[in-house]
Amino acid sequence: MRRRWTLYDPRLAWLLVAPVLLLLIFFLVLPIAVMAAYTFFTFVTAGVETSALTTANWHEFLTDSYYSGFLLKTLRVGAITAVLCGVLGYFPAYFIWATTFKHKWLLLLLLIVPFWISFTIRTFSWINILGEQGVINVSLMKLGIISEPLPMLYNEGAVILGMLHFLLPYMILNVYVSLESIDRTLIAAARSMGCTSAQAFREVTLPLSLPGLAAGLLLCFVLAAGSYVTPQLLGSGRDALFGNLIYDTIMGELNWPMGATLSIVLFIVLGFFAAAYTRYMGMSQIVKGLGG
Amino acid sequence: MKARRKQEGRWAWRLTGFVTLCVYIFMFAPIVATVILSFNASMFGGFPMTGFSLQWYGKLMANEQVLTAFRTSLWIAVVTAAVTTAIGVVTAFALVRFEFPGKQALSTLVILPALVPETILGVGLLVLIKAIDQPRTMLLLVLGHILLAVPYVVLITQARMVGIRRVYEEAALSLGASRFSSFREITLPLLIPAVVGGALLAFTISFDNTSASLFWRPAGVETMPTQILSMLKISISPEINALGTVMILVTVGIPLLGGLVLQSLTRLKRRGEPKEEAR
Repeated sequence: MRRRWTLYDPRLAWLLVAPVLLLLIFFLVLPIAVMAAYTFFTFVTAGVETSALTTANWHEFLTDSYYSGFLLKTLRVGAITAVLCGVLGYFPAYFIWATTFKHKWLLLLLLIVPFWISFTIRTFSWINILGEQGVINVSLMKLGIISEPLPMLYNEGAVILGMLHFLLPYMILNVYVSLESIDRTLIAAARSMGCTSAQAFREVTLPLSLPGLAAGLLLCFVLAAGSYVTPQLLGSGRDALFGNLIYDTIMGELNWPMGATLSIVLFIVLGFFAAAYTRYMGMSQIVKGLGG
Repeated sequence: MKARRKQEGRWAWRLTGFVTLCVYIFMFAPIVATVILSFNASMFGGFPMTGFSLQWYGKLMANEQVLTAFRTSLWIAVVTAAVTTAIGVVTAFALVRFEFPGKQALSTLVILPALVPETILGVGLLVLIKAIDQPRTMLLLVLGHILLAVPYVVLITQARMVGIRRVYEEAALSLGASRFSSFREITLPLLIPAVVGGALLAFTISFDNTSASLFWRPAGVETMPTQILSMLKISISPEINALGTVMILVTVGIPLLGGLVLQSLTRLKRRGEPKEEAR
């Protein structure tokens, strides 16, 4: 006996989500599961491993300070980038929200345009600014302030600058979205009760915009700590981050079990931060920040 | 006293405006420098400008490798945009309209590809196909790109979907329309802005993807970003600046054009319809 299909039947829902669900299972869940299993495989030689189970990879990771050093550096660079993004991103977000400028949409559009420009191009374009023949060095030399080009590229500062450049729009949009959801009468009320504009900002606007700021910080931190291209293009070998280490371990050394171990470590560490965040803030703010 | 406070407020506001200006300059200066340098006559990819020249664009058009990579990226992005939009829109429809067990888990799972670093996604998929002894194929690369674009399409469509009242669809159903035709005739037209926006975003995400493509591309295949990356390893020639400028024109031009077309379409439609009540 078959049940008749009702309006908004759960079975129909499953049918509709099936393609995306299958994709997520086979390309996201299953790979991570297999990768987790791979961390216990035995590395024989480049490109060859056996399924004999071992904890050697984990042992190597946990005891060799080379790896933990990489991890700490990556987390430090990610944190610095996120904090700088938060500080620099709050001003534009607040400005766009509070301005009486008629063409506000233009300011918002300009924030979205960078998302359309190839990330690789946006990153290497910094070479035209910071490089030996970049805008800054050439101008300073023309003005006679310096006689030798300043070495501004291929160091940690350049890497952080490059990441700041691609993460700022995320931060600004996140803060802007949460500012936009504030009931403006609250601020008017605070003002009418005798708050100065600075007090009203500190007591009303800032606390109410914190969820957006926190979501932006998390997003910037996770994206910065997981980056590969920016350190590759703007940093020297010493500025490689965890993503580069993973890439080199797998594509260079062909040590798949170790590469899998490092990937799982990064996944767990970043997942820990994301989980801690959602525990306090919920998922909805991230959803909004990603374009929802 | 009050005047002084007002003064402070004005300074704070000016500071905000100033930082905002700096941030916008920060975001666009490198891009502008790249576009300007692409017209430089000099042999070296840097300042000072020695004259205006289009020679690097000519060189680019004759560079077979670049053209092949461009074509590869283009068709991957088109397929990704089409498929992602189709499956993403129905998923968002189901997530908003239906109640089913596991809905909450699915809505979280679906945004994960946007949050998990690409390096991890890249390695994971490679390890999986190594474990089952499969080669890296174009299909794998395209499906990977679809995975990366799905969260954005679903989120954009969901946001729009929430604003569409279900009574419209139910009215069509009660008047005898089938499920499919009520979706096609009522829901889909109302969703068009999200569909177009999602498709464009999926296109750029795929066209732009670097890290994951480095892992997933079949041996010998270069997409546009990986091609740029390998060119950068050799040297920074003005040709790369020209290439960057072309890419900017493509990836910024297409969404802007799409937006304009959409706007004029809705305007044309409005003209044909009876006037809406005055706001």
